[in-house]
Amino acid sequence: MALTNPARFGAASAAGLTRSRASRRQNLSGRVVEGLLLSALAVSLLILVVLIVHLFQRSWSVLDSGFGDFITGTLDASDARTAGVGQAIRGTLFLAVIVAIVAFPLGIACAIYLEEYAGDSRIARILRVNVRNLAGVPSIVYGILGLSIFVKFAGGLTGGRTVIAGGLTLSVLVLPIVIITASEALRAVPRSIREGAYGVGATQWETIRSHVLPSAGPGILTGTILSLSRAAGEAAPLLLVGGITGLLRTGDQSLWEQVTKGGFTSMPVAIFSYARQTGSDFRAVTAAASLVLLLVVVLLNAIAITLRNRFERRW
Amino acid sequence: MSEAPTQTSGAPAVNLRLSAKRRRSDRTMKWLFGIAAVLTFVITLLILYVLFADAWAFFWQVEKAKLWDIGWFPRRGRFDIKTLFVGTLIVSGIAMLIAVPLGLGSAIYLSEFARPRVRRILKPIVEILAGIPSVVLGYFAISFINPDIITNLVGGANKAFNFAAAGIAVGVLTIPIVASVAEDALRAVPMSLREASFGLGARRATTTFRVVLPAGISGVIAALILGVSRAIGETMVVAIAAGAVGGGLFSVDPFQPGQTMTAAMAALGFGSDQIAGSGLAFQSLFFLGFLLFVLTLLLNIAGDRLVRKVREEY
Repeated sequence: MALTNPARFGAASAAGLTRSRASRRQNLSGRVVEGLLLSALAVSLLILVVLIVHLFQRSWSVLDSGFGDFITGTLDASDARTAGVGQAIRGTLFLAVIVAIVAFPLGIACAIYLEEYAGDSRIARILRVNVRNLAGVPSIVYGILGLSIFVKFAGGLTGGRTVIAGGLTLSVLVLPIVIITASEALRAVPRSIREGAYGVGATQWETIRSHVLPSAGPGILTGTILSLSRAAGEAAPLLLVGGITGLLRTGDQSLWEQVTKGGFTSMPVAIFSYARQTGSDFRAVTAAASLVLLLVVVLLNAIAITLRNRFERRW
Repeated sequence: MSEAPTQTSGAPAVNLRLSAKRRRSDRTMKWLFGIAAVLTFVITLLILYVLFADAWAFFWQVEKAKLWDIGWFPRRGRFDIKTLFVGTLIVSGIAMLIAVPLGLGSAIYLSEFARPRVRRILKPIVEILAGIPSVVLGYFAISFINPDIITNLVGGANKAFNFAAAGIAVGVLTIPIVASVAEDALRAVPMSLREASFGLGARRATTTFRVVLPAGISGVIAALILGVSRAIGETMVVAIAAGAVGGGLFSVDPFQPGQTMTAAMAALGFGSDQIAGSGLAFQSLFFLGFLLFVLTLLLNIAGDRLVRKVREEY
């Protein structure tokens, strides 16, 4: 542009002057652009801070007095004084255990097949596209799947609207996350590691077990933690498979009966129940429950991300 | 090893055959992994079957006029799809108004301007944003975004529930997806392009907007598409913050309550007045699910293609 500017071909000093002016202007606009971009990032991070501060403020009355009652209390969306999250915490723990039992081995096995055995065959490519698409399916659609398969079709095995059906539904939901992160971890293990094992006569499975999996361990672990935090925060699919909103009576059921027959709730489902109630008492209970859930989930994510960054090996 | 080989000449003959046990376990494991992989495909087929069977039944039983009537009141037999479509459109539109500038801005800053150390600290925090449970943001929408921001700025806004509050909260959930997909795309643009631009005397801002962004444009578009897909599928924020739980009249006012496809599904599926079992209203859940699944699938496939394109180009 400057080359076509006839002014530049006048006096040398004049040209120098225009250039320096232009560059100063450009510098300023550059600064402005950088400032705008930085403020976009700052606003995004500020939202997280405002959210946490707001939750603290709103839940202060609960945190300050009666936090013990709140954390052990029952799900009761009719009386804010007795409402708590004891059953919800237990429900979320049950769900997490089921996800760990079902989704982790399945997801890791699938990732091993895709990365170690399948190669670049047509089937492998279809399976990979399929997993990526599953990761993008809205969570409520998994709720419909859970309702039809785990509650209705296999209701005899799961007991219908139980925590087992809920856990299986969440397992299917997080399966793509486990598979994708585990695949990435396996792909990052260099071939020379595998060749070392083959060289001393190991079979493929022995190579995977003794060399590939240990090297990919931290990456796989990151994925499993991320999937747990996702499962802990999901409410929509649980509403469809029977997560209890409103009032949950556990009574004097044994643990086994609770799991196989009784209704269940979880932290996000309880928050949904309480958020629908009006009145400042319930606002405080909702804020307290949200704060507990948010801190747990953020902590899990932070652990996962730190693990990944720390053990991200450059081979 | 087990069978002692008879030695014939100087060098010992080594048995290279695997023992039967090791061969068997190798084969078994391969099969087990393969079954796990095929299972993921079965899940997709099951989703399709489950959704399609009842969606089809619903579509043939419902009076077609009821699909384009006024308002979505499934329990009264009124299934106006356009009410929900418009709701979804409004919420995801508002969400993108929030997520595009903030998400893209963050991505460009992290990829082009931030020093490596700053980036190492800030990027994980953006990723943590992705982990905020949607119920928490739904609550944030009704207890902060709506009363403290929207009703202060817009006089006639509904004080309890409206699309705008839900849309902003959904936007917050969409920021990290837009940011991380776009950042990956921008970082995939080779350094040599930037160096060439710097070599011609271009400043960083010029290089970013004239060279790097055009080069990574398909990835940036992918980020937007995947963001829209996420916003359309978001359920709990809308279920909590947009109101209209039982049903909604047709409304295009973003400051009034209303329903989206996802919120309508959540409302159909839970609560004491659950209409589980049979019936047209229950089947409409599957019909909506099918529409939602197809819509997000198309967006995801398009986004996925574009992401891959960036990677292949460089």
